Amino acid sequence: MTNFRNHLYFLLLGALALIVLPYFISSRFYIDVLTLIFFTAYLGQSWNILGGYAGQFSFGGVMFFGTGAYVSSILLTTFGFPPIFGIFLAILGGAFLGLIVGYMSFRSGLKGSYFALITLAFAELLRVLANSVEFTGGGVGLFLTYAPGLSNLQFESPVGFYYFALILMFISIAIVYWLESSRFGAQLVAIRENEDAAEALGINTLKCKIYAIMIMGAMGGAAGTFYAQKYLYLDPPIAYSIHLSVEMLLVTIVGGMGTIFGPLVGAFVLHTVNEIARHFIDTPGLSLIVYGLILIIIIGYLPNGLIGAFKKKEKKSDSTSLDKKTSRGDS
Amino acid sequence: MISASLSMLPAAIINGLMYGAIYALVALGLTLIYGVLHIINFAHGAMLMLALYAAFFLFHLFNIDPYFSILIVTPCAGIFGYMIYRYGIGPLAKGKDQNILLITLGLSIIIENGALFFFSGDQQTVNLSYGFEAFDLGFMYLSYPKVISFFAALLMCAILWAAMSLTDMGRAIRAVAKERQGARLVGINVERIFAVTFGIGIACLGAAGCMMLPIFYVDPYTGNIFVLVAFTIVVLGGMGSVVGALVGGFIIGITESVGGLLLGESLGQIGISLIFILILIFRPTGLFGSKV
Repeated sequence: MTNFRNHLYFLLLGALALIVLPYFISSRFYIDVLTLIFFTAYLGQSWNILGGYAGQFSFGGVMFFGTGAYVSSILLTTFGFPPIFGIFLAILGGAFLGLIVGYMSFRSGLKGSYFALITLAFAELLRVLANSVEFTGGGVGLFLTYAPGLSNLQFESPVGFYYFALILMFISIAIVYWLESSRFGAQLVAIRENEDAAEALGINTLKCKIYAIMIMGAMGGAAGTFYAQKYLYLDPPIAYSIHLSVEMLLVTIVGGMGTIFGPLVGAFVLHTVNEIARHFIDTPGLSLIVYGLILIIIIGYLPNGLIGAFKKKEKKSDSTSLDKKTSRGDS
Repeated sequence: MISASLSMLPAAIINGLMYGAIYALVALGLTLIYGVLHIINFAHGAMLMLALYAAFFLFHLFNIDPYFSILIVTPCAGIFGYMIYRYGIGPLAKGKDQNILLITLGLSIIIENGALFFFSGDQQTVNLSYGFEAFDLGFMYLSYPKVISFFAALLMCAILWAAMSLTDMGRAIRAVAKERQGARLVGINVERIFAVTFGIGIACLGAAGCMMLPIFYVDPYTGNIFVLVAFTIVVLGGMGSVVGALVGGFIIGITESVGGLLLGESLGQIGISLIFILILIFRPTGLFGSKV
C-alpha cells in the first residue's frame, strides 16, 4: 500500500508540474508541441482501452475523432450551438458510432486482422460520405469563425489550448486508472489474454468489447471538438485521415500497450524525435519514416513498449505486470 | 440524367472489366500470401506504388516501354519480396498475426514516406506514343493501354496458375498452404516456401505496376488507393482463393466504374468500402473461401 501511496504522490507531483509548466515556458513553440503531445497521448489512450486492454486493434480509430469534430462543428455553424455543450454531443456521437461499429463487427466475431481492416473500411466509408453530402461542407470543408471565449472552447493564447489538452489527457488517465482497478478492466484483460476462456468464465465478451469501443468512441468525439476549435477548419481528409489512426496506435505501442502511461510516454518520445529530426532535415516524409522504423523495431524487439522495457529492468524479481493482470482476470 | 447514365452502362461495365483484371492481379499477390502464410500484408499497396515508380523510372530514364518493363520489374520485385520476408518480416514477427499486421503497417509507412522523400509528392505519368489511340467499339472508345493491360494481366494470372499447378515449387507451395506440418515432414523447407511465396506475391505487384502505369498516375500515396481495393477483392473472393481473386477483381472493377457513373465521382467510391464491410460482416469466408 505504501508503494501505491508513493506512486500517487509521484503522480500528483507530475500533474502539478504540468499545470504550472506554462508559467515557466514563454516560447509559443514549446507550448504548441506540448499541447500536441497531450492531444496525441489522449487519442492514444482511447486506442489503448480497446487495443491495449481488450486486445482489439483498430486501424480506423480516427472515425470517432472525425465524427465528433463534425458533430460539434456542424451544430456550431448551422445552429450556433456553443461548442462547450457541443463537445458533449460529440462525445455522444462518438460513443454511438462505437456502438454501431462495435455491434456490427464484434457480433460477427471479427477479431485480429479482420477487425483492424473493418475499422479501416468504416473510416474510409465515413470519409467518402463526408465528402459527398452537403451538410459537412463536402470537399470544400467547414470553416469555423474565430471567436475566443470559453463557450466556444477557443482561446486567445496557446496556453488556453494547452490546458484544454491537458485536462483531456488527465481525464483519459483517470479513466484508465479506473479501468485498472475495476472489474470491467479485468474483464477486458481476460478477453485480451484468452477470449474463449473469458467467455467460459461467464464474461459477456461481446458486451465488454462493445463498451470498450464506446468508451474509445466517446473519447475520440471530444478530441474532434478540440481539434476543430483549435484549427478552425475541417475537411474529410483531415477528419478521417489514416495518419491519425496510425498515430494513435503508434504512440500506444511505442509507449506500451495496456499500461496507464504508455500513450503519454509514446507521444512524448515520438514527438520529441519528430521535432529533432525536423530540426536537422526538414523534408516531408522523413519524420514518418522514422515513425515506421520505430514501430517495426518496437514490435520486433520490445513488444511491451518502452514502459515494458523499463519495468523489466526495474523489478526482475517481482512478478511482471502481465502476470498480475492475467491472474486478476482469471479470478 | 438516369437514362443518359443507363446508355453509358455498357461502356462503364467494359471499363470496369479492364480495370478488374489488373485489380485481380494485385489481389492475387495478396491472396497467395494469405493462403500460404496466413498473414495480411498491409504494405501491399505501398509495394505496388514502388513497382509503379520502378516502371516509371525505367521509362523516364532509359525510355523502356512499361509493358517491356514487366520482364525487368517482375523478377526484381520477386527478389525484393523474398528478401524482405526472409530478413525482415519473418524474423521480426515471431509468428504472431497482429505483429505481422503492424510490421507491414510500419513497412508501408516507411515505403510511402521514403517515396515522398526521394521522389517528391508530384504526380507522375508516362506519355506513350500509342497512349491516346483507341479501339472504336461503336458505343465507346477503348484505349490501347487498357486493352493491352487487360490481356497482359489475364496472361500473368494464367502463367501463375500454371506455375502453381505444374511445377514442383508450385506443388510445394500448395502443400504448405494446405498442411504446414505435413509439408515439413515430407522434407519441404517451410521457411523457404514462405519467403518464396511472399516473393511471388510481390512479383505479381511488379507486373501489375507496369501494366497500371500507362493508365494511372503514380504518386507516393497511390498505394493507399489500392490497398483497400485489394483487401476488398481478397475478402470478397475468399482469403487464399485464386479463382476468388479473379472474380472479385472483376466485381470490384465493375462496381467502381458503375458506381462512379450512377452515384457520381465522389459518392461512387463508397461501393468498395461498403462491399468490404458487408462481406466481412455477413460472409467473412468470401464467395469462394472455405475458412476464415
